[in-house]
Amino acid sequence: MATITARAPTAERGGSDRRPLAGVGVLARFALRRDRIRIPAWIAGLTLGSVVNLVSFDDLYPTEADRQAVAETMNTPAGLAMTGPAEYLRDYTAGAMMGHQLLGFTTLLAALMSVLMLVRHTRAEEESGRAELVRATVVGRHAHMAAALAAVVATNLVLAVVLAGALAGTGGTGVTATGSLLYGLAHAAVGIVFAGIAAVTVQITEHSRGASGMGLAAIAVAYALRAAGDIGEGRLSWLSPIGWAQATRVYVDDRWWPLLVAAAAAVALVAAGVLLSTRRDVGAGLRRPRQGRGDASVALGRPIGLAVRLHRGLLIGFAAALALLGTMYGSILSEVEDMLAGVEMLEEALAEMGGASIVESFVSMVMVVLAILASVYVVLAALRPRAEESDGRAEPVLATAVSRARWLASHVVVGMLGGVVVLAAAGLGLGLAGALSLRDSTVLTDAMGAALAYAPALWLTGGLAVALFGLAPRLATLTWVVPVYGFVVSYLGQMLQFPEWMNNLSPFGHVPDLPAEELAVLPLLLLTAIAAGLTLLGLSAFRQRDLRTDH
Amino acid sequence: MPEPTNTETPPAVSVRELDKTFGQTRALDKLTMTVRTGEVHGFLGPNGAGKSTTIRVLLGLLKADAGRVSVLGGDPWRDAVALHRRLAYVPGDVSLWPNLTGGEAIDLFARLRGGFDRRRRDELCERFDLDPGKKGRTYSKGNRQKVAIIAALASDVELLVLDEPTAGLDPLMESVFAEHIREAKAAGTTVLLSSHTLAQVEALCERISIIRQGRIVESGTLDELRHLTRTTVTAETARPASGVDALPGVHDLVVTNGKVQFDVDGEHLDTVIGHLHGLGIRSLVSQPPTLEQLFMRHYGEDLATTGNGGS
Repeated sequence: MATITARAPTAERGGSDRRPLAGVGVLARFALRRDRIRIPAWIAGLTLGSVVNLVSFDDLYPTEADRQAVAETMNTPAGLAMTGPAEYLRDYTAGAMMGHQLLGFTTLLAALMSVLMLVRHTRAEEESGRAELVRATVVGRHAHMAAALAAVVATNLVLAVVLAGALAGTGGTGVTATGSLLYGLAHAAVGIVFAGIAAVTVQITEHSRGASGMGLAAIAVAYALRAAGDIGEGRLSWLSPIGWAQATRVYVDDRWWPLLVAAAAAVALVAAGVLLSTRRDVGAGLRRPRQGRGDASVALGRPIGLAVRLHRGLLIGFAAALALLGTMYGSILSEVEDMLAGVEMLEEALAEMGGASIVESFVSMVMVVLAILASVYVVLAALRPRAEESDGRAEPVLATAVSRARWLASHVVVGMLGGVVVLAAAGLGLGLAGALSLRDSTVLTDAMGAALAYAPALWLTGGLAVALFGLAPRLATLTWVVPVYGFVVSYLGQMLQFPEWMNNLSPFGHVPDLPAEELAVLPLLLLTAIAAGLTLLGLSAFRQRDLRTDH
Repeated sequence: MPEPTNTETPPAVSVRELDKTFGQTRALDKLTMTVRTGEVHGFLGPNGAGKSTTIRVLLGLLKADAGRVSVLGGDPWRDAVALHRRLAYVPGDVSLWPNLTGGEAIDLFARLRGGFDRRRRDELCERFDLDPGKKGRTYSKGNRQKVAIIAALASDVELLVLDEPTAGLDPLMESVFAEHIREAKAAGTTVLLSSHTLAQVEALCERISIIRQGRIVESGTLDELRHLTRTTVTAETARPASGVDALPGVHDLVVTNGKVQFDVDGEHLDTVIGHLHGLGIRSLVSQPPTLEQLFMRHYGEDLATTGNGGS
């Protein structure tokens, strides 16, 4: 930042003033000022998370033998896909664990921070019309982009220094000062490359949401490429900025040159972004907004058709993501026994389930997580009526010949059945991939059964949202407590041995852990009955209350 | 002013002593108003006076705390769905779904209301110069407003409830809108039009109601309201205009080189003009109050009391 001089833009150069960067210093400082809470929060969060992990690695695995045992459990396709390249396993110090297990995840967060920040200061400004006001003053045509990039680069460099200092200060095994600096700079490198990617995506679309979405998709692709590369021969990892960060083999070999690859890529991306920006107008995108159909399809003439249309995108997204996640877990079923054999804690947890095979237990454990993710969809869908109401979109619909009950029920039906679809997608992914991996077709029926058994728990979660929406709409967001609590109790609880009553408070705790346990119908019927009661309560309360529009 | 002939037809909208409070705020305070069947009724009032709240009660979106409300002969809260088939509503601030096109939204509203005339809808899109193929998120405020207006006008209904429908429309579109309101009236449709554009209300509405702080403070035809309020008179008289200030109902008298200007209450107009006649009138200009003056009289008192309270 210090290198940018904030010269006050002057008009004295008159017509010969062609400085494309006029005003960049002022704009960059303004961007940093607007983000004065966000930036420290990101840096503190990433640093704190990294330090806590480093300390806990040394606590959990105090001896060389402990660490090498972990290295062996990691050396499976599934282990490598979720962490990083196998080269780190050679000398698995706490530092190497950071580079192997954490670096991929925290550099992903740095990329996320950079994409959101760059879009916020470029395309979002244009979309809101504020950029037009600013551009009408003595500000160069590239000043906005340059200022946003300067702010993001500065933020990433500060992150690198703070992170390096904090990690070097904790003094974990294998953690050197040089290595820590490389570790910090690896984050900055990934962050800056993704700022460059965002510099391109903001040129393409007129909408900041679209630009962020493309940036986030690029992050997902980068992560997937490095996962695929690390399982295979490593070539695909070289297509991924996150792969470049992991290629430094920080705290093991401390290779600096992969950062040069990142720097070159960042320069090329920024150049591409600037070049593209000269081919469009302020406020416009390279891609023309798509023209939609001028009339409605037959389906869009009933409340249920509208609800399906409004929920469709989210539903497809969740179903695809959970099918993919299920497939990922399913494809490693054949390796599960080897993988879990060394982990004492997991073995104890499995033993408590009693009598089940290791594969059945694994399917049950995975399914709880998938079901809780599916419940996130149900909560989002069940809270949709609240957003429709407060944003004023419910009002004109309810002023037509549509009753309150019918309108709300259409959202509820789509949300509840959508939850079943998401569960089925997860079960199908897990079951199909598992059946192929184990060459045993019963895995498919087991997984589907295990998945669908969670439907009543999802309905109860959705029913709670509907009840709150009817009785106290402002409190409807409290429904989020259910998936969060469910995750803590069902996932962490398996290892941390929470008391039984804590498990009983979660709807997920009452679902039999198929296929490890026997099917128990009564709890499922009770969950369904409570869900129905809550839903009816919400429907009837909504019919009695005022519509609350926030404007 | 003689009553219109259709006194036997029940009113389209009848509100008696309507109360509505939100927490500590009393939004409507014994509000009473009537919209006769077949008329275009102007609903005027400053921001926050309770126009939208009244309209939302009429649509059954809000529940009345007390009072009697009847819309097209039914109870808007209990019979909402049946009544909504017979009326169309344009909100003051239209929110559309970002990923539905304007055309989809128009068709959706019209179908949910119970069917519509496809040809008329296309015609309206053309008249209002709306591209129905664009996504909701790309529309300006004026275009979102057009979507709701077209959806309302394309349906065959008995009552149009319009809450500041032309906010955000350009003057050209406002005149297209006015044309369609006249058409609707000619077809026998009742219109309740809340608006800030006084010229528009003056041009379109037969009767108006002015709301202030949740109460109707004035209601009637424009002529009736004019009668109730002051006329501005400017006159030049042969002899000096003495004694005018002593006459009842005269306000704000200004005398400048033989010319006299003052406001006079409607009921005293005859006496005052008689007095001027006695002084020998050379020229006389009498201006009836504009709607703006009527409106400002009520609104202005509000401002004045607030000002006095503060000092």
